[in-house]
Amino acid sequence: MTPTAINNDAHIRVDDLTMAYGDFIVQRDLTFTVNRGDIFIIMGGSGCGKSTLLRHMVGLIEPARGRVFYGDVSFWETDPERRNQMMRHMGILYQGGALWSSMTLAENIALPLKTYTALNGADIREFVALKLALVGLAGFEDYYPSEISGGMRKRAALARAMALDPEILFFDEPSAGLDPISARLLDDLILELRESLGATIVIVTHELASIFATGNNSVFLDPDAKTMIAVGDPKMLRDSSDSPKVRRFLTRGEA
Amino acid sequence: MAQEVIAHLKSEPQPGRVIFDAGALTQWDSKLLTFLITLQAYCRQAQIPSEIEGLPAGAQKLLELARAVPERAGDRREAGRESFLTRTGAAVFDYFSGAREFVRFIGESFIALVRFLSGRAYYQRSDLLLFIQEAGAEALPIVTLISILIGLIFAFVGAVQLVLFGAQIFVANLVAIAIVRVMGAVMVAVIMAGRTGAAYAAQIGTMQLNEEIDALKTLGISPMEFLVLPRMLALILMMPMLCLYADLMGIAGGLLVGVGMLDLGWAEYINQTRASINLTNLFIGLFHALVFGVLIALAGCLRGMQCGRSASAVGDATTSAVVTSIVSIVLATAIITVICNVLGI
Repeated sequence: MTPTAINNDAHIRVDDLTMAYGDFIVQRDLTFTVNRGDIFIIMGGSGCGKSTLLRHMVGLIEPARGRVFYGDVSFWETDPERRNQMMRHMGILYQGGALWSSMTLAENIALPLKTYTALNGADIREFVALKLALVGLAGFEDYYPSEISGGMRKRAALARAMALDPEILFFDEPSAGLDPISARLLDDLILELRESLGATIVIVTHELASIFATGNNSVFLDPDAKTMIAVGDPKMLRDSSDSPKVRRFLTRGEA
Repeated sequence: MAQEVIAHLKSEPQPGRVIFDAGALTQWDSKLLTFLITLQAYCRQAQIPSEIEGLPAGAQKLLELARAVPERAGDRREAGRESFLTRTGAAVFDYFSGAREFVRFIGESFIALVRFLSGRAYYQRSDLLLFIQEAGAEALPIVTLISILIGLIFAFVGAVQLVLFGAQIFVANLVAIAIVRVMGAVMVAVIMAGRTGAAYAAQIGTMQLNEEIDALKTLGISPMEFLVLPRMLALILMMPMLCLYADLMGIAGGLLVGVGMLDLGWAEYINQTRASINLTNLFIGLFHALVFGVLIALAGCLRGMQCGRSASAVGDATTSAVVTSIVSIVLATAIITVICNVLGI
């Protein structure tokens, strides 16, 4: 199953972004575009700042320099109210799931709905049941996050990320800590979601299998150069990147 | 052992090369490898060729592996000791940035409170009720125990002295004034700092660790309103009530000693208590409790929100919350006492 029908209008544009913790620069001069409907992969070796980039894009860390555009709006320069509104159109699947541990799965998924929609209790219950069913967790409404397995927690977190029918879904290392089959199922789920919801998807990962199975566009971050050294379709990068480092990464060191 | 061999290599006219004969070696472990690495480092430095062919095949492979990825310049942490001035400076900077964070947190809490009062804060009412239950009703058993014992101890210590003058009836005054005016509030505060303040820091800290707070933020829900506000409200509302209850229990403790040990009558003791305290004393005590409630809630929530992303950080946050609470309770007591003294109440 390969992604098809890519319409090329920019959805997210990262412009000359520099990320830093105090004086320590993580990555600098990042410029790339995520098109509407893309499955965009942020890849690179461990510790190169992939997750940090994601946290800049979703509004958790303010960039040291540069801008992130959603459509025509500069995310960090607009007023906080508008930024909050934009964040509502994003769904984020955190690395560990980040389900609120004091709430049941149903309450986790219901919270965004209660906060931002005018749905009544019965509607919300139906919505929750639907979202849980979509990720294969029908009937798990009343379980607490600590009572289910890691893979189930990830899927429940995905159901929560989808609660508000977001235009953009962010995934932070979706397959980390999952067995190969569960990881594969999650990849399939991501592809199906893109097909059926028409969402733009941004994935942070270094799992080659997932990268080739899902991605149609990508950026490669290099921890030594502290900037991006490749951008484009990961399969093309594997076969014909100018950078030997990128080819080595994408072939597990065999080229 | 490596040093002995190296000393041996140094002593003679320099040997032409170093070879190993491990034919009789049946077992080896990492000790052999560290010995070889030290020896090879010396050989390279002294430009003595060394041949590792005589070593067990496994050891040769591991030696190659250890050399395969050379250390990158700048990767190693500088472990050098910093000068006293550097450390003092760093500590002062830390202190000021900590103070700035504290002030900012107070400001954010205040904004959350204003939004709450104007009905715009987003939180779950069920959370607030749950925290009220945890910080109120569920604290009653331990508050009962500690307060009765404190009243008992006060009365006992006072009695030993007062009996000498035949003035045992004044035990009632001593217990009532001390408990109602300050000690009831302080004891409740210490209990709640260890019980509820620490719990707040651990709960919020763990949520920080699990990215649960990030998940709230990216949903556009303010953690200050959703997590901090209901906890602070619950504690601030419950502290004066617990204090009132602790006052009552403390006086009951004193009564036990008065009636049981000093042969005072029930009515006599209660009348003496009523005569000795007035509403001003009570309100000063409740005011203490209110201030302590604010301080404990602030310290617990602040340390939780500041929590780093490791398991030990949650422990540090909890410890720090309790220490901060208790220090600020004592400081606040001193300040309020001085102010009351100046005002003459």
